[in-house]
Amino acid sequence: MSGGLHVNNLSHAYDGLPIVSGVSVFVAPGEVVCLLGPSGCGKTTLLRVAAGLEVLQRGQIHIGERIVADGVGGMHVPPENRGIGLMFQDYALFPHLNVFENIVFGLPEPNPERIRWVDQALEQMDLTACRQSYPHTLSGGQQQRVALLRAMAPEPRVLFLDEPFSGLDTTRRARVREQTLQLLKETGVATLMVTHDPDEAMFMADRILVMNDGRVVQDGAPVEIYFEPVNGFVTALLGPVNRFDGTVEDGHVVTPLGTFDANGIDNGTVVQILIRPDGIRLTLPATPPPSDSGDAPRKLALAASKSGNSSVTPVFRVVSARPLGRSSHVVITGHNPSGSEILIEARVPGVFLPEPGCEITVSVNAREAYVFAAD
Amino acid sequence: MKHKTITFAGLFGAVIIGAIAITSAGDTGKEVNLYSYRQPFLMKPILDSFTDQTGIKVNMVYAKKGMLEKIKAAGANNPADVVLTVDIGRLNALREADLLEPVRSAILETNIPVHLRHQDGFWFGITTRARVALASRERVKPGELTSYADLAAPHFKGRVCMRSGKHPYNVALLASIIAHDGEAAAETWLRDLKSNLARKPQGNDRAQAKAIYEGVCDVALANNYYMGKMMTNDKKPEQKQWAAAVRLVYMDQDGHGQHMNISGAAVVRGAKNRDVSVKLIEFLSGDFAQKLYAKHNHEYPAKPDVEASALVKSWGHFKKDELSIEAIAKYRPLASRLVDKVGFNDGPNS
Amino acid sequence: MRYSLTPAVAYPFLRILRQRRFLFNRWTVGTLLVAALIATPLVAVVALALTPSDDVWQHLVETVLGKYVLTTLHLVLGVGLGTMVIGTGTAWLVTICRFPGRAVFNWALLLPLAVPAYLLAFVITDQLEYAGTVQSLLRATFGWKNRQDYWFPEIRSLGGAILVMTLVLYPYVYLLARAAFLEQSVCVLEVSRTLGHGPWRSFFSVALPLARPAIVIGVTLAAMEALNDLGTVEFFAVNTFTAGIYDVWLNMNSRSGAAQLASVMMVFVIALIAAERLARRGQRYYHTSTKYQALPSYRLHGIKGACAFVICLALVALGFLLPASVLATYAAEFYTDTLSTNYVRYVWNSLSLSALAAFAAVSLGLFMAYGVRLNGGFVVRAATHFASIGYAVPGAILAIGVIFPLGALDQLIDAISRTTFSTPTGLLFSGTIVAIVYGYTVRFLALSYGTLEASLSKVTPNMDGAARTLGHGPAATLRRVHFPLVRGSLLTAGLLVFVDCMKELPLTLILRPFNYDTLATFVFQYASDELLEESALAALTIVAAGIVPVILLSLNIVRSRPGHALEITKEPVS
Repeated sequence: MSGGLHVNNLSHAYDGLPIVSGVSVFVAPGEVVCLLGPSGCGKTTLLRVAAGLEVLQRGQIHIGERIVADGVGGMHVPPENRGIGLMFQDYALFPHLNVFENIVFGLPEPNPERIRWVDQALEQMDLTACRQSYPHTLSGGQQQRVALLRAMAPEPRVLFLDEPFSGLDTTRRARVREQTLQLLKETGVATLMVTHDPDEAMFMADRILVMNDGRVVQDGAPVEIYFEPVNGFVTALLGPVNRFDGTVEDGHVVTPLGTFDANGIDNGTVVQILIRPDGIRLTLPATPPPSDSGDAPRKLALAASKSGNSSVTPVFRVVSARPLGRSSHVVITGHNPSGSEILIEARVPGVFLPEPGCEITVSVNAREAYVFAAD
Repeated sequence: MKHKTITFAGLFGAVIIGAIAITSAGDTGKEVNLYSYRQPFLMKPILDSFTDQTGIKVNMVYAKKGMLEKIKAAGANNPADVVLTVDIGRLNALREADLLEPVRSAILETNIPVHLRHQDGFWFGITTRARVALASRERVKPGELTSYADLAAPHFKGRVCMRSGKHPYNVALLASIIAHDGEAAAETWLRDLKSNLARKPQGNDRAQAKAIYEGVCDVALANNYYMGKMMTNDKKPEQKQWAAAVRLVYMDQDGHGQHMNISGAAVVRGAKNRDVSVKLIEFLSGDFAQKLYAKHNHEYPAKPDVEASALVKSWGHFKKDELSIEAIAKYRPLASRLVDKVGFNDGPNS
Repeated sequence: MRYSLTPAVAYPFLRILRQRRFLFNRWTVGTLLVAALIATPLVAVVALALTPSDDVWQHLVETVLGKYVLTTLHLVLGVGLGTMVIGTGTAWLVTICRFPGRAVFNWALLLPLAVPAYLLAFVITDQLEYAGTVQSLLRATFGWKNRQDYWFPEIRSLGGAILVMTLVLYPYVYLLARAAFLEQSVCVLEVSRTLGHGPWRSFFSVALPLARPAIVIGVTLAAMEALNDLGTVEFFAVNTFTAGIYDVWLNMNSRSGAAQLASVMMVFVIALIAAERLARRGQRYYHTSTKYQALPSYRLHGIKGACAFVICLALVALGFLLPASVLATYAAEFYTDTLSTNYVRYVWNSLSLSALAAFAAVSLGLFMAYGVRLNGGFVVRAATHFASIGYAVPGAILAIGVIFPLGALDQLIDAISRTTFSTPTGLLFSGTIVAIVYGYTVRFLALSYGTLEASLSKVTPNMDGAARTLGHGPAATLRRVHFPLVRGSLLTAGLLVFVDCMKELPLTLILRPFNYDTLATFVFQYASDELLEESALAALTIVAAGIVPVILLSLNIVRSRPGHALEITKEPVS
């Protein structure tokens, strides 16, 4: 084992209720690993156990070359002796200490070199002016940065971040994220971050561990997680999806958006098909249909003519279209194979705002339609 | 911040040292350690003259309860040498717990009559006090009340005031009635007395005189020396009025005689300063101290040839109940239970 | 060490695992040791209760036990209800309403805390009985001649006892309720207003429930004090359970019977407290909002303002001004009697004892509260709760519980010292003021522990986590984080204990060494002979010594309000 954080087969339970079951995590120095999952999935517990705030029940934790906790024999190095830093979701700044005092709180003795680092970091984080301020006078973003610096000041080998950006408004978040990531990369600390926000995880992480029900569901690079989710849960966790049910027949499954390859799932299996809004491409029909009496037969003809294509379905109409800035959110309506009506969300790059009610053509890249056996 | 902490610590250290330095109780040499159920201000003049005459210092703790337990808990380390009590109850409890030391002293045996001391010298009566009746001069004719039995007679319905039935003085009186007349008769007497009460039992002995003065009731019981103290109270002259409103009546002069109780002294078992302790009790039973008791506290000296105070003497001679103090001690727990059984302290209307 | 994580199976294993772990935790062991130290006298009382006691119970059950219980319930309920209504009501008045004299009443309402109940009982009786000022005036006014001419309520009664105790004990509730109201985020109140609740409905539906834990602690303290009081009930001839305990002990010579009654009372109190905790289980009282503004103030006009003024004035007048002025009158006349004694020594003894006890109670209280915070397992929690039940035990009984273990310890040390060094050590603890300070600490730990536990619970556990992950161990975390954060409460706790120690009597009487008097014991030897006047100066000194802490307390609470802190420490933000 060389540096970083190793969590080996960790299990934890509260009052007999398992919270984390057999999770292993490795974070290399300089690496940012995100634990992503819905609330209650055990990610914060894992972080607290790894930090030593909870006594490990089962498993093993190494920090650097050292074992800091071992379920066999009940070995437990208290958090203060683990050489870690932890940034809390609510920041937990000490209200009786000012910004500077908060940040140097963890320094064992006044260390000119570290104090210089603190001053530089304050500068870099635009905090120099509030060096002597008390926490309650700071904005949320300032508090977040102070908390980060406080956790990093003693040069921990491992840094834990618990929902580090959840208290910030979206406009400020991007800048703070960038500053944070920059600082983490500069220092080369092994960082384990917990979040429920997929954007944050995607942005920050070198690697994402998706957790559900106390277990790791998928472990991989952000792109991998996003584009190759292992199941419906991971897919849905990373963003909104359109969900369809179906049954595999002849290695394929039929959806309102077309027929897709079943990826080798056995025939007769009930499956779900998940398609992200940005995996759906919309195009307006070449000629807008004139509103005369001959409208209906022609539309049917159009649909019929394309029925051989795997990714085109009979009739779709726009329900609503909203601009989101760089993309547009379009809701369309279509029909299940059984005939019932369904709503489908799509996200289209650029400004694309068709009139509600107008007919629209839909296509889906087969790679972006995820087919999984139903739970 | 640091500076303040040091100052604070220093100050605190000074408090601790100062507080402990003051606590100095000797257990050897020319000292005697006293546990007293009597108020220090009553004992001070007498103890001061003991120190003056003998050079022996008297250390004292005053409390009304817990002294027995304190002696018991300290075991071999017990520092107390002498116990002073205001009635027989406590002395008897100490004796029963086997915490007293028998004393043989020719002086004590000469000074204190047999019925006022334990036959084996476990304790000694130092003074006696009579639990007399107080009767309204206005509303009670001489001869109307002559005995404890009269107090319980229908004649005094609604006219009697009493201190708590559980007070040691009243418990001792009831114990003496049990000793003389038996439990059943005592219970009847107490029941009848209860129904004669003008109000719920309350207040101390002086408060009974005050109640008669105020017209709440016509007769009451009190230790005789309280009369003396009220009549001579220059600090609170209103007490003279209370005393003036009542007549002191010795009880049962045609029967057993006036019920008496003692204030007593005893040497604690294993007393470190045993000889000095005996010397102190001998001093208390001697002419000098007995006169002081009589003069300051208006009690009856235990020593037969020492006269009571002029004031007390002016109330006339009377016949004392010669019932042994030990008999009273024996019946105290039963008396206490009778008070509960009758519900005496609940007052007349229950 | 292998175990399944299936809930039903894993549960007992985890329990065992955790217990095994905390046995090795220094803080847990320390907390349990401190709890044991404090609980020892209580255990001694229970142990005493286990020795046979003849047929005392049968006798009591057949005769007076029912009456004792009934009278005690009336007293405790009366005082509990009285202090709750008065304490909460006045706290609400002075924090939320504006009316004439509010600024003064804000602290003056605490003053009765400095007056011992037995002193107020004495003074009030003096005024209200037949020969007292009030009835004399009535007689002179209406030409009544004697008692038969008119009716006047009997002050020496259960009602009188409830009145007197309520008057001196309501400040506990006032103190805690006011602090709770001040701490409440104004946002919560405003939310209530915007949801259509008027100020009074907001009080009952939001402010009161939020302040409930604080009010409950205050009422519990007042009720426990009423429960174990002897001086006042004896003076008023009210036969309570506690009076019965003393009767069994001293008149029936049954120490074990008395200990049994005291144990029953302890169980009753524990059950009551447990029931209350159970009733609000699941409710959490963390402050979620960190935004504080000046509290809204409802100006009370005209008759309402006058009423508020009169109510507050009446409380301060009856609970403080009356006894203080009566004592001052006596003191002016008889001060030479007091000064001719070792008055200065008594003052010093009282102050030093109370200060030492306050220090001990606060230190141990903080240690225990922090220990529970570090490891709040069932055993630790139960032990600390039991240790803080000393407040519910009659003082003299507790003293007995103190002297037996201390005496045994002294004998042991003495024996060892004799055999090893051939020097006797004598009564190292039970014969010195160590015994009194220990007794005070056991008795008043509930005050400091309760205050500090409440205060610590408001500090988010993440503060601990932050300090720990920044390399500070539990001790350093306590010193550098919690200590500064709960400093205000430390002072409050210390002052409460100090004031109570100044007034304490039964423990002091029994546990003190030779020739050692405090102001309270000095006053007692005269008061027990109804000669209070001659020691009035000393009595007045007790009251005066209580005023200073009371005023400090008051300032401390106002300062502790977060909104105020914000104004004081606000720094310019760029």
